[in-house]
Amino acid sequence: MAHTDTRQGGFDLVSWFKSSWRQNIIYFGFVAVFVFFAITLHDRGFTDPLNLLNIFRQSAIIAVMAVAMTLVLSSGEIDLSVGAVAGLASVTTALAIASGGLVMGVAVGLLTGVAVGVINGFLSTKLAIPTFLTTLAMMGIATGAAMWISDTRAVPVLNQSFAGFFGGGTPFGIPSLLLWMIFAGILGHVTLRHTRFGRQVLSVGGNAVASRYSGVNTARIKMGVLVISSTTAALAGMLYAGRLQSGRFQLGEGDELSVIAAAVLGGTSLFGGRGTVIGSIVGALMIGVINNGLILMSLEYSQQLIARGAIIILAVAISQAGRKQD
Amino acid sequence: MSQATSNAFEMRAMVKNFGGVRALKSVDLAVAFGEIHALLGENGAGKSTILKILQGVYRPTSGTIVVGGKEVSGLTPRLASELGIGMIFQEMSLVPTLTVAQNIFLLREPTNALGLISDRQMVAKAREIFATMGVDIDPRAEVSALSAGQQQLTEIAKALSQDVSVLILDEPTSALTASEVEILFQLLDKLRAQGRAIVYVSHRMDEIFRIAARATVLRDGNKIATRPLADYTLETLIADIMGKATRDMSDLIADSAATSDVVLKLRGVGVEGRPGSVDLDLHAGEVLGLAGLMGAGRSRIARTLFGLQPGAVGEIEINGATVSIRSPSDAMAHGIALVPEDRRRQGLVLEHSVEDNIALPVLGAVSGRIMVHGKRRAKLADETIAKMTIKTDSRKSPANALSGGNQQKIVIGKWLAALPEILIMDEPTAGIDIGSKTEIIQLVRALAAAGKSVIFISSELAELLAVSDRIAVMKNGSVTETVSRHDLHVDPEEVDTLTGSAFQRAEQRLQLLIQKGAA
Repeated sequence: MAHTDTRQGGFDLVSWFKSSWRQNIIYFGFVAVFVFFAITLHDRGFTDPLNLLNIFRQSAIIAVMAVAMTLVLSSGEIDLSVGAVAGLASVTTALAIASGGLVMGVAVGLLTGVAVGVINGFLSTKLAIPTFLTTLAMMGIATGAAMWISDTRAVPVLNQSFAGFFGGGTPFGIPSLLLWMIFAGILGHVTLRHTRFGRQVLSVGGNAVASRYSGVNTARIKMGVLVISSTTAALAGMLYAGRLQSGRFQLGEGDELSVIAAAVLGGTSLFGGRGTVIGSIVGALMIGVINNGLILMSLEYSQQLIARGAIIILAVAISQAGRKQD
Repeated sequence: MSQATSNAFEMRAMVKNFGGVRALKSVDLAVAFGEIHALLGENGAGKSTILKILQGVYRPTSGTIVVGGKEVSGLTPRLASELGIGMIFQEMSLVPTLTVAQNIFLLREPTNALGLISDRQMVAKAREIFATMGVDIDPRAEVSALSAGQQQLTEIAKALSQDVSVLILDEPTSALTASEVEILFQLLDKLRAQGRAIVYVSHRMDEIFRIAARATVLRDGNKIATRPLADYTLETLIADIMGKATRDMSDLIADSAATSDVVLKLRGVGVEGRPGSVDLDLHAGEVLGLAGLMGAGRSRIARTLFGLQPGAVGEIEINGATVSIRSPSDAMAHGIALVPEDRRRQGLVLEHSVEDNIALPVLGAVSGRIMVHGKRRAKLADETIAKMTIKTDSRKSPANALSGGNQQKIVIGKWLAALPEILIMDEPTAGIDIGSKTEIIQLVRALAAAGKSVIFISSELAELLAVSDRIAVMKNGSVTETVSRHDLHVDPEEVDTLTGSAFQRAEQRLQLLIQKGAA
C-alpha cells in the first residue's frame, strides 16, 4: 500500500515496476541471461536458429512437467515422482505399442499416469501421509516397476506415427515437442487462472483451513493436482519415447529436481498459494539456455554443474529478497 | 518460607503508557506469602499488562516493585525468574514432541560426570516433583500424549522445579475437565499451605470464590478495590468488575423482526466424549445470542452446524426436515454460513486479494460450467466492498494489507455473498475497532429485518444485548437458560443490588446468569 497510484487511466511504468518486479524477475532474468550469451557466444553460434530450436527441444519436456508441477506446488503439495513416472510410462507405452498398436500404447501410457496419481492421492488424502513422503516412495516404486517389466532393457518403438506425433515430428515445420509445450502451457495457465478448480488450488495452498471453512473440498483438490501431475509426467514419458524411439526406465531420471527448480525459478511458491504457469515455462527455458550456453562456452561438465547451481541460487535469492518480512 | 503474613511482592503506583495510551494508571498490587490472590477485570482492564511488568517483560513507566522485601529496579524476565516469580501460560508453552521430564528441565538438564545429559536423573527428579504435587504423571510420556489438564500440571511442575515463591496462573481452567479442575485446586491449596504466593486470573467467579482469599479488581487501568472475598457477593463483585463505565449500546437496539417460524431446530446436539447436549430453536428473522465462558461449548455448536466438528452427535432440523451436515458444502447447500472465530486462520487466505477471498465460497455463482467469469467476479467483489464499506485501495489488494476490522468485513461480506438463510457468527467483533463493531451490529439487525436468522456468539455482553432478540446461556456444553432481551431489561420485584442505567443493569444480570449457569 506504500506506493498507491491513484491516477486514473494512465499506465505508470515506474510504479508497476516497483510493485511487480519481484514476481516478474524471471522474465528480466531470462532476457539478461539470453543477451549475455548472445553477446559472449556470438561467434560460437548461440543465436543460430538451429541452436535456438535445439534449446526449445531440450527444455520442452521439462517445461511440460513444470506446468503440472506449478499446480501441485500452488496447492501446497509436492510431487517427487514425476521423473520416475515418465520413465515408467515410456516403458509401458513402448510395450503396449508393440503388442496392441498406437491407440493401445497411448491409452496404456496415460492410464499409467492416472493410476500412479490416484495412488499418490489416496495415500495423501485418506491416510494423510505428506505428499513429500508418498511421492518419494512412489519414485522408487515406479522406477523399480519400469526396470522389472522391461528387464532393464530399452524397449524399441517402431510405430512411426507415434514417434512423429509424440516428440519426433515437425508438423508445419515446427517441432512437435514445441507444440506440446505450448499446448500444455495454455491449458495449464487457463486451468490455474481462470477455472474454479484453479482458484481453489491456489486458495488451498494459501490457507487450507480457511479454504475448508469456505466449503472447498480440500481432499478433492489434492487428489486432482496429483492426478494431473502424474498424468502429465506420463505424457512427458511418451514424449521421451517418441523422441528417442524407445522406452527406457532411465528416461526422466532426476527430472523432478529440474522441474521443481523451473517452477520455483518462475515465481511459484514452494509453500503454496502463489503460482504462475508461464513463469514455470520460462523457468524451464532459462535452465535450457543456461545449459546450452555453458556447453557452448566449452566448459567441462564439472564446471557446468557448478556454474548452473550458482546461477539458479542467484536467481532464486533475488526473487526471494524482500519476502522475508512476510 | 515461614513469613505467612509478609508480602511476597508489592507493586506500588504502577503506571504504564503505550505511546499515548495509559494502560495502567497508578495501580497497587500486593500479594502475601501463603495467599491465593485473584486478579480480576474485563479484557483490556490491565491485568496482563501488570502481570507482564511483574515478569519483567514490560518495563513500567513509573512505580516501584518490591520482591521479598527488597526493592527491585530494572526487572528482566531472567531476573524475575531468579527472584522466584513463575508464570503458567494460558497458551501452553511446552514442546509437544519432548517428554514431560525433558520439558520440565529444558535448558537446565541435569548432567552426569561426563557432562552428558542424564535422563535417569531427570526422570527421577521429575518424579519427585510430581510426588510432592500429589499427581500421577509419567515423566517419560511425550507431552503430546497428555490431556490438557496433565499438560497444565506439567507446566506447574516446570515452575516448581525452579523453586518459585510467586506463581501466576492465567485462566488455567479454561481447557480442563471438572475432575482436572479439582486436582488443580487441591494442588494450589497445597502450594498455598507451603507458603507460596499465588496470583490467580480467571473470568469464572465460582472458582474465584472457592479458591481465593482476596481479590484485586482492575477496570480501565485503574485499581477499583482490593478486598477479602468474604466481603463480596457475586453481585457486588460483578458490579465492581463491570462498573458503569461499559459502553451503553442501547442506541443500537432495534425492534425485533422475529417470527414464530422455526428455521433451525437442534435436539441433543453435542460432541462424543464431551459433556452436555444442546436443544435450541432458531426462528426466522431472529438473532439468537450465545453467551457463556470460554470452553462452554459455543464454538462447538457453530462447528457442528457447519460440518466441521469431529464426533458431532444429535439431530438437526432445517425448516422441519431432518438434515445431515457432514461438510461445509453440506451446510452451504442448506443455506448455512459460518463467520469463524479466528479470521486470520479460518476466515481468510491472507496473501490473496480481497477479490479472491470474497469469491472463494461462491465461485459457482461467478462461473460458467468450468471457467470463472473475471467480470462477474470483479463485480461481486466491488459490490461487496461497497456494501460492507471495506476500506481498501482496490479489490486486488492482498487481505493482509487491511486492518482487522476491514479483514473481518471481508469474511462477513464473502458469506453474505453466498446469500445464507442462517448466518452463524463466532466472535465476529473480537479485536476490531469500535466503528466496525457498530457497523457489524447494524448489519446483523438489517439481516434479521430481512427475514434471515442469525446465531451470534460473543463474549462481549453489551454487544450481545444490543444485537440479540434472545440470548441462550451455555455452560459445560448445555444451554442452561434462554432469556429474551426484554426480560433482561425488566427489573425483578426483589430489591436489586445492581446499579447504572437500564442497559448496564441488564448487562450485569446477564453476567450473573453466565456465572451461575442457572437463573
